[in-house]
Amino acid sequence: MTAFGKLIRTTAFRLTLVYLFLFALFAASLLAYFAWNTRRLITDQITTTVNGEVEEIADIYSRRGLRGLVFTLENRALRPGANLYLVTTPAGQAVAGNIASLAPGVMATNGWSETLYRRLDDQEAPHHRALVRVTQLSGGFRLLVGRDLEERRRLFGVVRSAAQWSVLVVVVLGLGGGVFVGRRVLRRIDAMTGTAQRIMAGDLSGRLPVGRSGDELDRLAENLNAMLERIEALMMGLKEVSDNIAHDLKTPLTRLRNRAEEALAKSRSEPEYRAALERTIEESDGLIRTFNALLMIARAESGQARDNMVDFDAAEIAGGIHELYEPLAEDNGLTLRIEAQPAQLRGNRELIGQALANLVENAIKYGRSDQADAAPASPEVLIEARREGSQVLLSVTDHGPGIPEADRSHAVQRFVRLEASRTLPGSGLGLSLAAAVATLHGGELRLTDAGPGLRATLAFPARAGDAQSATQTAEQKSA
Amino acid sequence: MTQADNEMRLLIIEDDRESADYLVKAFREVGHIADHAADGEEGLALAESGDYDVLVVDRMLPKQDGLSVIGALRDKGNRTPALILSALGQVDDRIKGLRAGGDDYLPKPYAFAELLARVEVLSRRQGGPAEETSYKVGSLELDRLSHRVMRGGEELTLQPREFRLLEYLMKHAGQVVTRTMLLENVWDYHFDPQTNVIDVHISRLRSKIDKGFDRPLLHTIRGAGYMIRE
Repeated sequence: MTAFGKLIRTTAFRLTLVYLFLFALFAASLLAYFAWNTRRLITDQITTTVNGEVEEIADIYSRRGLRGLVFTLENRALRPGANLYLVTTPAGQAVAGNIASLAPGVMATNGWSETLYRRLDDQEAPHHRALVRVTQLSGGFRLLVGRDLEERRRLFGVVRSAAQWSVLVVVVLGLGGGVFVGRRVLRRIDAMTGTAQRIMAGDLSGRLPVGRSGDELDRLAENLNAMLERIEALMMGLKEVSDNIAHDLKTPLTRLRNRAEEALAKSRSEPEYRAALERTIEESDGLIRTFNALLMIARAESGQARDNMVDFDAAEIAGGIHELYEPLAEDNGLTLRIEAQPAQLRGNRELIGQALANLVENAIKYGRSDQADAAPASPEVLIEARREGSQVLLSVTDHGPGIPEADRSHAVQRFVRLEASRTLPGSGLGLSLAAAVATLHGGELRLTDAGPGLRATLAFPARAGDAQSATQTAEQKSA
Repeated sequence: MTQADNEMRLLIIEDDRESADYLVKAFREVGHIADHAADGEEGLALAESGDYDVLVVDRMLPKQDGLSVIGALRDKGNRTPALILSALGQVDDRIKGLRAGGDDYLPKPYAFAELLARVEVLSRRQGGPAEETSYKVGSLELDRLSHRVMRGGEELTLQPREFRLLEYLMKHAGQVVTRTMLLENVWDYHFDPQTNVIDVHISRLRSKIDKGFDRPLLHTIRGAGYMIRE
């Protein structure tokens, strides 16, 4: 498409054409209205003047007779810019006035008419148009008083040329403006298209140019940029996952392969083969677990697990998890306590249960008295479930070494096992899964200092319109 | 678990030749009879004509997928227990599989011991009286109605969850139950704990029912799970 073709196809240009047409029409009708009114005004003025003069002259005639009349007319006819006068005898002969010739028959009829005439003092000039009134005087004389219409004609000429010019100016300015605006819009759209193409070609860091005017194109660009931001974050996440998969799955895979190779390399006794195979199976089970956790996180993050949402009580989940892990905690020298208040929640029960289980497993793993260099302040892990404002909180608090504040956001990322804990078993996916589950439900995972220790809180939005049940439980308690 | 009187007839509907061969061989080695169908249509035809104890059905099959094979059988009133094998291991897929008429669901990759334990439990379910009011293994008795457990004439005090754990083990006495089976059936969780949380519960139960008795009843089956037997 040619540049011009592109230009005239822009919405801005088309809008300009429409406005242009409307403005031209408006200007033309304004002028027409003006011209028509002026013409009426002029005609009115002439009529009034002429009527007044006719009366005056008739009065002079009745008082001073024909002589007075002739005298007055001759006098008036000589004034500059004088009206037109003519007095004829009953026979039709001119007696006085300043008109040399007149269209035939004008003097014969009383009343108003428009006629062509030629002045007595300017007989070479072409015929002019005039508005005249003819009246009958006593004694058969007839009187014509009129006014030249040249002025009105000239005025019309002025209006016509004004109309022509203004339409021309409107068209030129409008077209110019349309081209200007169209090109401006086109340039910005072209810039956006260019960026979009670069982004499509793989450069995800590109962003659309945003102007300073805050107009609709800027807002569009801002929103598209926000979308690109999200896409880039997702892509980065994906890349990170594949990098981490490469690392955390390849390492055990390599170990697996090395062991098999080593077992094959030399002939060994049966128990040795058996042991090697058992380690192989153990290692594969670990791999499968890691894989399952990764899939689960991916699923939670993509929002696929939204189908199986049910209403349930957070306290009941907390109770179940407490019951499941209580003996394990005790074996690790910890007391697992629970403080749960009824708090209704809508979500994927299975996933939330697993997220809480992960937090508890972490707390047991890291909150152990024999694990940290310094013994924890109190060998206790606390599971809490409660409603706070518009949120349902499920939290697990341990009094282990905790996570330094700087590392907390890092800890939620996939596969991250903070240096201090590298030696402990685990896939490093527990917190990421918990965070993904929270995000899936429109909530978040918060890591805070339990002074000393770590409090991991899953915060979910409470079910809408559930304040009632909260007060009900309060009443039940007080009863 | 390999006694001849426990012999089962199994139908394995699985399109991957190697997995199918492995399963047929593995089931035969432990004393069961296993047939194989390589696609959904053949599987449906065999399942209808043969008298099988358990069907092992892969979810993704050529010609007719696993869920619709099971659906078709159920529509015709065939209630042969079916275990679905699937590479889709997620919670939602499991629920879908069970809704379609499957009796159990095992995500791939799986341990054969897990599959075997589940298949044996399914087979028993079809045969014997499903719900008894009391169970007895050796000198251990469990009364489901009064919630009482006796060993050698003495009453044992169990926590409610320990009772349910023992109940499940005794219901499947003589059969291997895996850790995931326990987690699913006793706790109703379908995830895979990273810790030995089930083992801890088992060792508590064991200390209550076996401590001080010459013959332990609750056995650990290496690489598979647990079993209660005389």
